[in-house]
Amino acid sequence: MEKYEAVIGLEVHAQLLTDSKIFATSSTAAGKEPNTLTDPVTLGLPGCLPVLNKRAVDFAIKLGLATNCEIQRVSVFARKHYFYPDLPKGYQISQYDKPLCTRGGIDIRVGGQKKHIGITRIHLEEDAGKNIHSDAAAVSLVDLNRAGVPLVEIVSEPDMRTAQEAGAYMRQLRQILRYLGICDGNMEEGSLRCDANVSVRPAGEAKLGTKVEIKNLNSFRFVEKALDYEISRQTALLDQAKEIVQETRLWDDQKGATRSMRSKEYAEDYRYFPDPDLLPLVVGHDWVEKTREGLPELPHQVFLRFKQMYGLDDYYAELLTEEKITAHYYDQAVAIHHSPASIANWITTELFGRLNKEGLDMSRCPVSPENLAALVTLIDEDVISGKIAKTVFDEMFQTGASPKAIVEARKLKQISDPAVIIELIDEIIKNNPKQVEEYRQGKTKMLGFFVGQVMKETEGKANPALVNSLLEERLKGPVAKYSPCCE
Amino acid sequence: MERLISLSVSEMRNGLLQKDFSAVELTQAHLQRIRKTNEEFNSFISICEDAALAQAAAAETVLAAEQGASPALTGIPVAIKDLLLTKGIETTCASKILTGFIPPYDCTAVAKLKEAGAVIIGKTNLDEFAMGSSNEYSAYGPVRNPWNKSCVPGGSSGGSAVAVCLGQSPLSLGTDTGGSIRQPASLTGVCGMKPTYGRVSRYGAVAYASSLDQIGGFARSIEDLALLIRTISGKDPNDSTSMEVDVPDYLAEVRTASKTQLQGLRIGVPKEYFIPGMQEEVEKSCLASLDVFRHLGAEIVEISLPHTEYALAAYYIITPAEASSNLARYDGVRYGFRSQDHDSLAEMFERTRAQGFGAEVKRRIMIGSYVLSAGYYDAYYLKAQQVRTLIINDFKQAFANHCDVILTPVSPTTAFKIGEKADSPLTMYLADIFTVPINLAGLPGLSLPCGLDSAGLPVGIQLVGPPFAEPRLFIAAAAFAREVAFDSRKMALS
Repeated sequence: MEKYEAVIGLEVHAQLLTDSKIFATSSTAAGKEPNTLTDPVTLGLPGCLPVLNKRAVDFAIKLGLATNCEIQRVSVFARKHYFYPDLPKGYQISQYDKPLCTRGGIDIRVGGQKKHIGITRIHLEEDAGKNIHSDAAAVSLVDLNRAGVPLVEIVSEPDMRTAQEAGAYMRQLRQILRYLGICDGNMEEGSLRCDANVSVRPAGEAKLGTKVEIKNLNSFRFVEKALDYEISRQTALLDQAKEIVQETRLWDDQKGATRSMRSKEYAEDYRYFPDPDLLPLVVGHDWVEKTREGLPELPHQVFLRFKQMYGLDDYYAELLTEEKITAHYYDQAVAIHHSPASIANWITTELFGRLNKEGLDMSRCPVSPENLAALVTLIDEDVISGKIAKTVFDEMFQTGASPKAIVEARKLKQISDPAVIIELIDEIIKNNPKQVEEYRQGKTKMLGFFVGQVMKETEGKANPALVNSLLEERLKGPVAKYSPCCE
Repeated sequence: MERLISLSVSEMRNGLLQKDFSAVELTQAHLQRIRKTNEEFNSFISICEDAALAQAAAAETVLAAEQGASPALTGIPVAIKDLLLTKGIETTCASKILTGFIPPYDCTAVAKLKEAGAVIIGKTNLDEFAMGSSNEYSAYGPVRNPWNKSCVPGGSSGGSAVAVCLGQSPLSLGTDTGGSIRQPASLTGVCGMKPTYGRVSRYGAVAYASSLDQIGGFARSIEDLALLIRTISGKDPNDSTSMEVDVPDYLAEVRTASKTQLQGLRIGVPKEYFIPGMQEEVEKSCLASLDVFRHLGAEIVEISLPHTEYALAAYYIITPAEASSNLARYDGVRYGFRSQDHDSLAEMFERTRAQGFGAEVKRRIMIGSYVLSAGYYDAYYLKAQQVRTLIINDFKQAFANHCDVILTPVSPTTAFKIGEKADSPLTMYLADIFTVPINLAGLPGLSLPCGLDSAGLPVGIQLVGPPFAEPRLFIAAAAFAREVAFDSRKMALS
């Protein structure tokens, strides 16, 4: 048993994919000229009032339901105060003591084990703008395009014990957000953000250790690396009987270490109070039930279905359900040609490999599920060999053409007529007496040479199984004239 | 000129339609009056001469084309409290911190006035960010009372009250968070209304205390006031707290009300509103006004609003709390004044706010920050909200069981001397004692003159109704005004 145990909780912020901001009309698009996506409300001009975007609430309810939360009938928006140039009103509108979603949780899989991670709450809030610091001109600039973009904050219970579990939880959350179509889940670009709270205590101890918050975790890898680092840092301090300071630390990936940002003594008083400009948010039973009915099949449900319906193992089921679009692709292909194992294999090896090489994702996959199913059909019906299929797939990927058309145009149809193959084999045996002798003296590896010769003659189109069995038969004894009736 | 500025709005309307005078002449007359009197009374911060004349010229075209079918306020001047945003016209809130701020949009109430054809004649003086009861806390100097120039006009909408009283404008908009329309209306002898919370959109009204702020207006007659309030009322998609409730034609209701309309109207007089220390003549005038209502057929009933004594304390916790939050945006980053005297970001924030805000505003920001801070929230803010609920229930009980309208004095005294209370915030806060409970409860309140004290200063009474009972208040007030025939105009001056 380990000497120490880490306790980890995550606070995850996800930008919602609404067209307009949570309390204003300007667009949420990314990558536009600074301060072009603003309006009086976003700029925090005097006299402006927030008006809640209903779609943002819809999205948050979806997430709440997908993570098994209770949707509160009444939740309240509150103001969180602090001064910063990227916060136009001097307060952020968030939810404080009455969040929209409470008491949920999701299951994660780590090392083949299932584990439940509780979710304390999910609430809606607005994003801040961005400060840009210019070294050249000794000025700081403010871009308010991002100000007011809707966020959900998802607060987990301190249920994770390892960096790996935290990573798995983050991935699972991202997968759910993407299945719901409410967040693009891009950590590098900041549409999905994570702060981690971690403490370490002696194993078996009930009392929690001193908590440290880690910020700047903008990739899944950083989450895991920073937590591993922080757990060993705190463990070392405990071993040396030194004090762990309650503080906020930043992950510095260059140094591969966390460093102190601010300690608890400077903790701000946010002076929360209910925002008088917004009425309490009332979400009635009908709204919740209508949203529930409209929920898509969730990742863990698809995972189970793929295992049950298609007999996939965990490995394939996980790979094929990671993205909703892949799962859908797989469903479509298998519906056309019921060869689940083979299609799973083609998607996860050939298709993923090529997409990866070309830097594409599934949304821009040039091979349609119909065409992939048709390709596997051709293999299963012995029209082409697996090897030729790879050539056909290459062309499908490049041109988007159907495999049938490619096979016909390039005359790639498999040669499965024994008479044709035997004629070739006999010719090869006649022309390579030395090799035949070696084979007959027991050097059975030579079979590969003969297979290669047949494939060379047929440009790879000969049915490989048939070539093998016929070769073995013809190489056994003196060449006899082939006759279909002397079986 | 004197003739035009002393007309009622309906007389101006008739004159315009009958071509007795043009919209430009009407606007000119008011501009001339402002030019002549503003130095003395300081009721305007900005005078929109060019824009107003252009609007008046446009109004003439509309009047010529549509005549009687033109919008009701076509060509009628309106003055706007400089707390309400006006597109393209500097809006100062009487604060240094908004120096140079030119709004890119119109306050919804202002936009509605423009749609109704009104001519925006200027922006009126006020206590900085509407925090005050005397109009002395203005970065643009105090406003003087037309009934006695050494007296305050009340506040915070002092400039708007004086504008109407002096004939600088027949109508004006104000805002009322704790009495800022009703108290100056009373102290200057004009009519003023704070509608039900949610009746008029707050969009574009610079926020002081969002859960109490309400836009309303001033006029020299109840009919004119009814027309003004009707024009600015209604649900606004830009204000989530504005209410989806039909807006009746208040003016028509007043005009069609029969002489016996007040027969059986139960007027509740809360005993808690006649307190020791209030000016005797104020009390007397109020009691005399009850006789007028009796004479009109109303029934006077004594009622009790038992939690009244806690209202002022709750108000001075809730409003600073909300103000400290609403005024956080004035940080010098995006608009208005920025202190140049700083070496760090924190210093920029601190000095901008230290130099940009006046003393009373800073006092309320400090009180508000304190009552919202961790560890004090429950003891102050939460407790004050609980008191507020009790006060709301007091009114609900009264209207459900005892009366249709409540009548109270507006202010415990008539206009006081400039400088008399300016250095004593607590004494100043008492000026709102009869008006703040109405804001806490979100109810409509109407202030109308009922007489003069021995010093010749106006006394006002306040009529309060249940939510959205504005028509009832207008009808009762109009009947009273016909009987009393108080003349709000101070035309002889200057």
